[in-house]
Amino acid sequence: MNSYDVIIIGGGVVGCMTARALSRYNLSILLIEKESDIGMGASSANSAIVHAGHDPVPGTLKAEMNHLANPMWDTLSAELGIPFKRSGAYIVAIEEGCDCLETLQARAKANGVPSEIISADEMKRREPRVNPLTTGALFTPTAGMVDPFAACIAPLENAINNGAQVMTDTAFVDFIKEGSKIIGIKTSRGDFACRWVVNAAGLYSDEVMHKAGVRPEFKITPRKGEYYILDKSEIQMENILFPVPSEVSKGILVLGSTHGNALVGPNSNMVPEKENRAVTADGLAEIWSGSQRLVPSIAPRSIIAVFAGLRATGNAHAKNGDYSHDFVIEIPKEVQGLVNLGGIESPGLTSAPAIAQRVVELLKEAGEKLVEKKDFNPIRPARPRFNHLNHEEQAALVAKDARYGHMICRCEMITEGEIVAEIHAPLPAKTYDAIKRRTWLGTGRCLGAFDMPRVVAILSQELGVSPLEITKKGTGSEFLARLTKDVEA
Amino acid sequence: MMHKENYDVVVIGSGPGGLAAAIAAKKNGAEAVLIIDRDIEPGGILLQCIHNGFGMETFKQDLPGPAYAQRFIDEATQVGVDFLLDTMVLEVTRDHHIFATSKQHGFVEINAKTVVLAMGCRERSRAQIRLPGTRPAGVFTAGTAQRWVNVEGFMPGKRFVILGSGDIGMIMARRLTFEGAKVERVLEVMPYLSGLTRNYVQCLMDFDIGLQLKHTVKNIIGKNRVEAIEACAVDDKMQPIAGTEEIIPCDTLLLSVGLIPENELSRQAGVLIDPVTAGPFVDDGFQTNIPGVFSAGNVVHVYDLVDWVTEAGLTAGKSAAQLVRKGVGSDGPTIPVKAADNVRYVVPQTLHPSTLEENDIRLQMRVTRPIEKPVWVEVRSGDKLITRRGEPYARPGEMVTIALKPAQVEEIKAASELRVAIVER
Repeated sequence: MNSYDVIIIGGGVVGCMTARALSRYNLSILLIEKESDIGMGASSANSAIVHAGHDPVPGTLKAEMNHLANPMWDTLSAELGIPFKRSGAYIVAIEEGCDCLETLQARAKANGVPSEIISADEMKRREPRVNPLTTGALFTPTAGMVDPFAACIAPLENAINNGAQVMTDTAFVDFIKEGSKIIGIKTSRGDFACRWVVNAAGLYSDEVMHKAGVRPEFKITPRKGEYYILDKSEIQMENILFPVPSEVSKGILVLGSTHGNALVGPNSNMVPEKENRAVTADGLAEIWSGSQRLVPSIAPRSIIAVFAGLRATGNAHAKNGDYSHDFVIEIPKEVQGLVNLGGIESPGLTSAPAIAQRVVELLKEAGEKLVEKKDFNPIRPARPRFNHLNHEEQAALVAKDARYGHMICRCEMITEGEIVAEIHAPLPAKTYDAIKRRTWLGTGRCLGAFDMPRVVAILSQELGVSPLEITKKGTGSEFLARLTKDVEA
Repeated sequence: MMHKENYDVVVIGSGPGGLAAAIAAKKNGAEAVLIIDRDIEPGGILLQCIHNGFGMETFKQDLPGPAYAQRFIDEATQVGVDFLLDTMVLEVTRDHHIFATSKQHGFVEINAKTVVLAMGCRERSRAQIRLPGTRPAGVFTAGTAQRWVNVEGFMPGKRFVILGSGDIGMIMARRLTFEGAKVERVLEVMPYLSGLTRNYVQCLMDFDIGLQLKHTVKNIIGKNRVEAIEACAVDDKMQPIAGTEEIIPCDTLLLSVGLIPENELSRQAGVLIDPVTAGPFVDDGFQTNIPGVFSAGNVVHVYDLVDWVTEAGLTAGKSAAQLVRKGVGSDGPTIPVKAADNVRYVVPQTLHPSTLEENDIRLQMRVTRPIEKPVWVEVRSGDKLITRRGEPYARPGEMVTIALKPAQVEEIKAASELRVAIVER
């Protein structure tokens, strides 16, 4: 039985950031992920924001982690090549009395978050597309846009380069215990011994901790959020616009992204199933009207994609006060060898690097002797992106490797060279969607209609398997059924 | 294949529009003519259209797509057109500088005296019609499925539902049936067919594949692969009618829900796009607002028959060559052509009356709503009727054409604008 110091359950942004933080030390690390690729759960579908931290209830772990994590992103972006832009964000009041902005500013202040109330005219000057009925806005300059896929992939690749191991298509089944001490885990692909398990199972974090006998009352209730992605050639947003928030959510946003597309969403609806990422007609209508309230000029023809994500909403009480959807970040007393992370919903993406750092601190507090590796390399260089280069640089790249001259996705301008590099990366992209998350291929106006057969052919060639075995997102999602002429009787 | 750095005419795209434009340019006096195409062979989307139905107007012959293309590829080669294949154009500048990239040829820069944009069109996607449901494998556009089946030899599913009665969807219904798949039915949200009647007869009726008008997909079901779709009837406002829902088990949903001209390069070059056609505003020589930049075929508006695409290409190529020779375009002032009663759009949007001194000008249009009885296609200047033509019916799936003749040149010169209408007889 293979043995590790630490096994991390779950390859979302929290698991990936934790793997990277721990890979700095003399620990053997395994990260397991039940899906065919990492970052396919809550981390795959969100607003792609590094929040300033004005919104969480003061005194909660959400507020604390957000505040600690926000300044980390510049370094993370520089070291790991994660696209990140500190654009600032606006909470825009429309036809409302402006004292709501002062209430928001008071909360921002309590959370230690800088903010500034600006007039309606100033808001319109900074974002001419904003609803002209705006009465002013709260500007939080430290908010930013981040590539949420790179936020998973880049730190985990860096962890791999520093010795961590990753197994995809590997589901957690149960703990192996000696008394109250965890000594390993059972998975769908065998048993592994370890001294520590980090529960970073996202939507399934409740089920994992229950298997350990921890927090039987803790429950994740998935909260669905639906989004539109807008065509770059129709609208480009440089700003993040929030409406004034409601009790349950930060409301329906209109914002730019590091990919260059504007994004609209999310709504917020509790759903019973943890795999229900279906987009609904009612939901799409709801986010449409939300978008029109902030930016009335958005036209239906500018929509090029729709998607839905699930937030892992928990029911943990904050240490102080009566807030009941706080993060869980703890080493529970009931068992030995578990670092328990649960209910990591928004601002989870923002907070992930601080949560990872907190895991390190918790291990130290538990007596773990963490020694920094001498050869730890914090740098994971970003790979070349043809469409980020000027013509001269493009010519040089093509001269170096002709595959960068072969255009596969015409809308987003992704080349064969980039796709092949992702297939053979430290964290290999083995499915169509894995390539899409890494390159943004297939997200343009034709939604992959042009590139799909070409990508299937490249995956087949590079992986050395039949095109019939190539999948969209893992076993069961094959693109092709059979050869022609191969007719069943 | 070698290419030069400077060309009289560079055509982007080697489909029927591009091939015709290059041939016409060469025949009308342009010396150096180049076609750039992203595929490894010329012919464009015709190469995957292995069904017949091509060439009835041009050759009075019923040809498969690749055979139709081959006639023009042969002719282009014979008249000395250069080809740069396996090469993607990245940018066309306003002053006709072209940047392209290729695995075979590397990074390429070319100067053109004139450019003909012939990039064709693309299919509307699931998101553009805002289809709800999950996002599994098995939701494909009809054209993607056509490439897999006809070019690469793979079946993208076994049990299909097709949304949209566009021509590619109906043709694929027949094709997939030939290959042993079960096509459950074709759903069309509109109260009428969106493709050609002949395809409905030959591809659906002849194979007992049901067509449900005023029906759509309400939900896509399945986590990894499509498991079923939920269909429903829609009312006159295209809203689902409660109680009409039906679950249809299938593993693939094909979309044939419309085509959009592919004008990203055009926009970069500063070409003005008509929001109705989604293609460039053009004159009767298919010149855009940018001098020396022409456009031909489905990049201008979506045609119903390839023969018209070829004809548009010939006109655009000839105009480009004339501009190279004379240094100016069609002479004289222009007159706007406007869509009036029951005409959704008309192309070209402007014309030079002087063209009529030598040649006809064809006006081509799509109707807004079907009229299933005899109609007049009328061209008027103010209240004055310039010309009209009878048709037995008018349907949105079938383009309508009327020609302006040299005999009408004086009346048209006197007009401030022309209005085209399609009215019941």
